[in-house]
Amino acid sequence: MEHKKMSGSQILIESMIKEGVDTIFGYPGGAIMPAFDALYDYRNRLNHILTRHEQGATHAAQGYARVSGKTGVCLVTSGPAATNTITGISDAMLDSTPLVVITGQVVAPLLGTDAFQEIDVVGITQPVTKWAYQIRRVEDIAWAVARAFYIAKSGRPGPVVLDITKNAQIQQAEFDYKPCTYIRSYIPVPEVNKDQVALAAEIINGAKKPYALVGQGVVLSGAEAELKTFHEKADIPAAWTLLGASAMSTDFRLNKGFLGMHGNVSPNMKTNECDVLIAIGMRFDDRVTGDLNTYAKQAKIIHLDIDMAEINKNVKADAPVLGSAKDTLPAITELLKPAKHTEWIDSFKVYDDQEFDKVIRKELYPESGEMTMGEVIRKISEATQHKAVIVTDVGQNQMMAARYSKYSQTRSLVTSGGLGTMGFGIPAAMGAKIGAPERTVCMFSGDGGFQMTIQELGTIMQEQIGVKMIILNNHFLGMVRQWQEMFFDERYSFTEMQNPDFVAIAKAYRIEGTEVLKRENLDAAIADMLKDDKPYLLVVNVEKKGMVYPMMPAGACVTNILLGD
Amino acid sequence: MENKLYTITIFSENTVGLLNQITIIFTRRAINIETLSVSPSALKGIHKFTITVYATESMVEKVVKQIDKRVDILKSYYNTDEDLVHQEIALYKVATDKLLGLGSIEKMVRQYNISILEMNETFVVFQKSGHYAETQQLFNELSSTVGVLQFIRSGRVAITKSKVERLSDMLETLKKFEDQNN
Repeated sequence: MEHKKMSGSQILIESMIKEGVDTIFGYPGGAIMPAFDALYDYRNRLNHILTRHEQGATHAAQGYARVSGKTGVCLVTSGPAATNTITGISDAMLDSTPLVVITGQVVAPLLGTDAFQEIDVVGITQPVTKWAYQIRRVEDIAWAVARAFYIAKSGRPGPVVLDITKNAQIQQAEFDYKPCTYIRSYIPVPEVNKDQVALAAEIINGAKKPYALVGQGVVLSGAEAELKTFHEKADIPAAWTLLGASAMSTDFRLNKGFLGMHGNVSPNMKTNECDVLIAIGMRFDDRVTGDLNTYAKQAKIIHLDIDMAEINKNVKADAPVLGSAKDTLPAITELLKPAKHTEWIDSFKVYDDQEFDKVIRKELYPESGEMTMGEVIRKISEATQHKAVIVTDVGQNQMMAARYSKYSQTRSLVTSGGLGTMGFGIPAAMGAKIGAPERTVCMFSGDGGFQMTIQELGTIMQEQIGVKMIILNNHFLGMVRQWQEMFFDERYSFTEMQNPDFVAIAKAYRIEGTEVLKRENLDAAIADMLKDDKPYLLVVNVEKKGMVYPMMPAGACVTNILLGD
Repeated sequence: MENKLYTITIFSENTVGLLNQITIIFTRRAINIETLSVSPSALKGIHKFTITVYATESMVEKVVKQIDKRVDILKSYYNTDEDLVHQEIALYKVATDKLLGLGSIEKMVRQYNISILEMNETFVVFQKSGHYAETQQLFNELSSTVGVLQFIRSGRVAITKSKVERLSDMLETLKKFEDQNN
């Protein structure tokens, strides 16, 4: 069969359309100009968002992917543009986010000659990608794009880089697209092993105090309903990791809260009291486990994961169950005996009450003094009926937002968990709004992180992306300051910040905004922010030396939890 | 757990940059590669890497799984020396006049099972294959007697003693997946 001849750039774009791409975050430049020239003819079919920095493009693509479940796409040029994407690519690698990042490259004959804006993109990105590939001839474009999208999305998702030389973008070839469904060296979803499933079920059936840890694997595999059935059948309480937030709704009876360094008290304490610990699509990150030598030693460990390399990486599993949670959870549930663990579940309450008395009440319902981050987050969660997509930056704002937002549907928290990238907030919120335009998107940031990607206000202005940005302004790099107070003798080394007039900056970008200095003005400002679907900046001056409690110090035992004064 | 010598065997696609994909996994965990040997395998288009490292078993298990999960890697596993028939090859260049000065070299040739690859007025090149200790012993003897002008030792090559053939297992799995997709 004869196929139509096209340029490499057209093939690239047609291939992406075949993969269902409708949105691209990008920034043009020398070595990607042919692709951008072709893109000009596809403006009615592909929505290209011009960010103000390539890092912003990658975080926007991440936000888009995290809320929509689709693969995020970036298109940038070579050299500095490619290196600017490294932070977002690394972030996507650690948080298992499907991205395809396309970088331009110098013409093939100049490769290796230190040509203008030439950099070894494949070499640089190999440690932080699931797959990185350089396309040097037009004939390979369709094949490589198909493979890239297959790898990025299948199995445990992750970022893929395609580095396309300029000559390949210009040359002509026939366009014959075949989607990729199989790579012989790659088994994305391991087959469910019946013996592993049976062993896991047997251990759970014998448990008196079973306890589950829910990670992002549940969200990535779309197993939220299967998870609920699993928990309800055997009456198993559960807690969630940062990236597992919203896999269960906050009001689910068996949802016992947030795990880890700034998680809730009972979820951490119970890790070392349960007799069977069931990890579902989570990877025992050090921020969850603390000291591995004292972690859940009393419990039998069941580990459900799609990635073989996660089994026994940090915590040795008595019963590993390989596969997608979408398959393994129902397989185990089928073998479970209905059970009731009322006494065990009620025992969480002692710690919950303690946490409420010592930490939560004064954070969420302060009666006097300066405003707290917690009360701002609570009020916004309530004002959005707990339906908004919450996007965070990194630090105190992130931990507070994760703790005090309530979740009523899945894919409702977009945050940089593994890499902890300050500056993630604004661009990720833009991507989230574009990925879920029908939902309200509220982005919480500190005054530090906001200024790391503040130029993306330009993108928000140009595209009229209706994100609600909230700066919890304490005039400090708050989390670092908290550590300095706790562990470095209150030596506040370079953490205090003199800040600009954020609202004036927003105004310069034609973005409406308000600054709240007093508690009595907060409710009205939130109502003003949520009155329509336009972008908005709300700056709230919160207490300067607020602390995030509870806190399990780095490397400490999960039961070593500080509650503050 | 104590460090032991492990031999890691990797079957991969033959693509540009594959060695880098493998070595970065060792770099992250600060593990030195002791020996490395790469060559086409018995299967067309599939390359075989044999790598030796000193590590604990739990560490080598984690590293091998992280290698195995790379998209272009077909199969990766590890063995200890007890599971393997393994060999290295070494070349030794020595000065002819010094060698002749030893008198007879017959004893040495027999004792070490040396082959002579090249001989002229200025130098002689010996070849010896064996385990590391054996090639090292000859190196020590030559160094202390006639001196060694140049010395090179290959990376380890190895074959498993196991009755189960990992490669054929792998191929069966591949075939099954290929059939499912056609």
